[in-house]
Amino acid sequence: MGQRLHHFHGGLHLPDHKAMSTGKPLEWAPLPKRLTLPLQQHIGAAAKPVVEAGDKVLKGQMLAQASGHVSAPIHAPTSGTVIAIEEHAIPHPSGLKAACIVLESDGEDNWYVHESHPEYEHLEPQQLRSLIRDAGIVGLGGAGFPAHIKLNPGARTAVDTLVLNGAECEPYITCDDALMRERPDGIVAGARIMRHALQARKCIIAIEDNKPEAISAMRDALERIGEPQLQVIAVPTRYPTGGEKQLIQVLTGKEVPLKGLPIDIGIVCHNVATAASVFRAVVKGEPLISRIITVTGENIHEPKNLEVLFGTPIQEVIEAAGGISDNSGSLLMGGPMMGFALHDLQLPVIKTTNCLLAKQPEPARGPTLACIRCGECARVCPASLLPQQLYWYARSKEFDKIQDQNLFACIECGCCDYVCPSNIPLVHYYRYAKTEIWEQERERHAADLARQRHEFQTERKEREKAERAARMKKKKQALADKKKPGKGGADADAKKEAIKAAMERAKAKRVSGEVKPKNVDNLSAEQQRKIDEVDARRAANRDAHESSEEQS
Amino acid sequence: MFARASSPYTHGPASVSRTMLRVIYAVLPAAVAATWFFGWGVLINIILATLIALASEAAMLQLRKRPIAPALKDGSATLTAILLGMALPPLAPWWLVLVGVTMAIIFAKHMYGGLGYNPFNPAMVGYVVLLVSFPVEMTQWFAPVALLDSPPGLLASLSYVFSGEFPAAVAGLDSLTMATPLDSLKTDLSLNRTVSEAMAASPVFGILSGKGRDVVNGIILLGGAWMIYKQVIGWQVPLAMLGTLFLIASLFHIINPDIYAGPLFHLFSGGAMLGAFFIATDPVSGATSNRGRLLFGVGVGLFTYIIRTWGGYPDGVAFSVLLMNMAAPTIDYYTRPRVYGEERG
Repeated sequence: MGQRLHHFHGGLHLPDHKAMSTGKPLEWAPLPKRLTLPLQQHIGAAAKPVVEAGDKVLKGQMLAQASGHVSAPIHAPTSGTVIAIEEHAIPHPSGLKAACIVLESDGEDNWYVHESHPEYEHLEPQQLRSLIRDAGIVGLGGAGFPAHIKLNPGARTAVDTLVLNGAECEPYITCDDALMRERPDGIVAGARIMRHALQARKCIIAIEDNKPEAISAMRDALERIGEPQLQVIAVPTRYPTGGEKQLIQVLTGKEVPLKGLPIDIGIVCHNVATAASVFRAVVKGEPLISRIITVTGENIHEPKNLEVLFGTPIQEVIEAAGGISDNSGSLLMGGPMMGFALHDLQLPVIKTTNCLLAKQPEPARGPTLACIRCGECARVCPASLLPQQLYWYARSKEFDKIQDQNLFACIECGCCDYVCPSNIPLVHYYRYAKTEIWEQERERHAADLARQRHEFQTERKEREKAERAARMKKKKQALADKKKPGKGGADADAKKEAIKAAMERAKAKRVSGEVKPKNVDNLSAEQQRKIDEVDARRAANRDAHESSEEQS
Repeated sequence: MFARASSPYTHGPASVSRTMLRVIYAVLPAAVAATWFFGWGVLINIILATLIALASEAAMLQLRKRPIAPALKDGSATLTAILLGMALPPLAPWWLVLVGVTMAIIFAKHMYGGLGYNPFNPAMVGYVVLLVSFPVEMTQWFAPVALLDSPPGLLASLSYVFSGEFPAAVAGLDSLTMATPLDSLKTDLSLNRTVSEAMAASPVFGILSGKGRDVVNGIILLGGAWMIYKQVIGWQVPLAMLGTLFLIASLFHIINPDIYAGPLFHLFSGGAMLGAFFIATDPVSGATSNRGRLLFGVGVGLFTYIIRTWGGYPDGVAFSVLLMNMAAPTIDYYTRPRVYGEERG
């Protein structure tokens, strides 16, 4: 209020489809019989199991601990028995399997004894961060970055503003809206804890102005505690305002540096749902074991928001919302702009599952045509990129040029794709280019390591050779000094001759008895060239080896 | 089950054919006005060019083994044909239209890989090939209908286009043709007449430029403004091109009004309006960033004035567009916008 807002470049007004899932009271999804908990539900290293198959566990008990700095533990969402730790399909765009802890619930839902800290003001920021880390809290907005890291500004930086992101700009999704309407006090309490942990000067809770109920609920909650350093700001509805960088720009007019983090400009951004889970973790001592999920879309019978335990099969969540009426459409995790398609209803809900969207099939799109460089994509790009140029370079695999165009500033929001008149799957091309570049970097890194190792090895060999030569020389010298004339000279010569002859034979055998190469017909010029190179290298190695053999 | 492998899973209403159709809608009123002022020849040009363009497009796609229907539906060939048809002199012989359109579609477009890959604006390539190869036919403009006692009707016009002769009832060719205002001005200036003398000497001049031409160009301007409003095109190219033409023409006009025509005459003459809104805005062959488009427009405006004033041709829009097409990749290289978070400066 009273604060001047700014704009970010581009963006879109999208049909929001939010009405269908809002307004109904929050419900709990039924307790599932079996829960599948992937060890990796966050950015960073997978958690390490601390239980074994057969162990009985209580609700809230740690099942897997964080491994390393960027990682988060996993807790039991309900009481029951660990029946296996094995590979299962996980909700990930790749559709791959990963290690999961499978828990069979006993239906009792008995809590583990947990420690609560209602008077968190007396705790040091470091203690707060430990509590938050141990509660397994990760960013619930979508990326799932461990929250305690983003709550640690480090010694060098003072945090001016903590931004709580309640923008929720993606179409269809209303889980944060529901949370803000129904549990505003928890968010405010979480905001105060986070502000304390960061020692931030102020806290802004930003909400898109298409959520008037959430805005007023949050404002009422703030009034109840009367802390002037916390304020709710309504931001204009425009996709992707909820992008961290875009939201910061709207609120402050500042840009996060290209290769930097918000903390570099004194800002830290967390999702409102993360704040609510921080409150639960610190004040009530409950780890992160559930979250609110929007189950929505034209093909869902009763779209609504549900609080769901992690590990619950998606099928059960969808059934709790009346089930899918029509299988013709797609089932997405996340929103239509940045979500990904799910191919299996048995996949579990994880910490980053904010929405299950069963959309109607899209009206058939025209074929993908050539780019006509209309520049619509550049007009809507919130990162001010030239998507048409990125596309061009991604197609021609010019990865240096695409990085000159700042490919990595792309947030994959999908605006360019949405407006493309030629129907080009632009974001797909950028993902491909990013992956290729990462892969190349990895390979380059591996090659660098191999080269270093090789150089060390060569150096070591040469050093050893020199040392050996020096020793030999010393020995010979000693021998020569001791040498008695006439004795053993001829014998030694004969022995030498015999060794030499044996070596000749071995060499001849090697040369003539070489394995004949197979499948050498129909080689392309490129393949032949490579083979020739390898042969030449081998020959060179052999020569070097033999000459060294002869020398020694 | 899924249309695509990855997000986004939704798409807006935009499509190439929708864009092209909007451009065609925007130019149609001007085409009607041009027919009104310059006779049936304009309409014949446009229809003939469109038919030839669609046929050449289909033939090239067939030869290149590409799907034909989507490309014909995208409207790009039709648009090229309409623009070229409007740029050609009315009642041009049929073979002139044929050569121009096939040059545009076959050589300037498909030889480079079709829509999206042509470095030069196809319509302007067609136009320039004709201008260089057939200067007589390309400068034989018919007088505005209003200046004729008995303008040729539709059948007479068709007969002339296809046979080179009017039916006996219609007056001969010489009484019908009249130099364009730009042409007439250029000739008179070379005869050491002043601008105002030249304008007084020929009935072809109207209020702003030529009789009827000012109205047609005004309608093109309105169509262009509608496209900018609808975000079919950006404002950068038209504003930069017309602004540059206006400024430089004003400058020289102030220095010596006798030998340099005024800025409004330049804006409403020849291909300036059509070029600014419909041709230099061609995204495929133009610069792509906003700053690049400003530069591109400035270049087109500048070259247009230079060629008109000191060059060998009365108009220079087509050459200017092609020259700037050549510069577009370089312009794009140097005008990449500052991305979010990149340091300023």
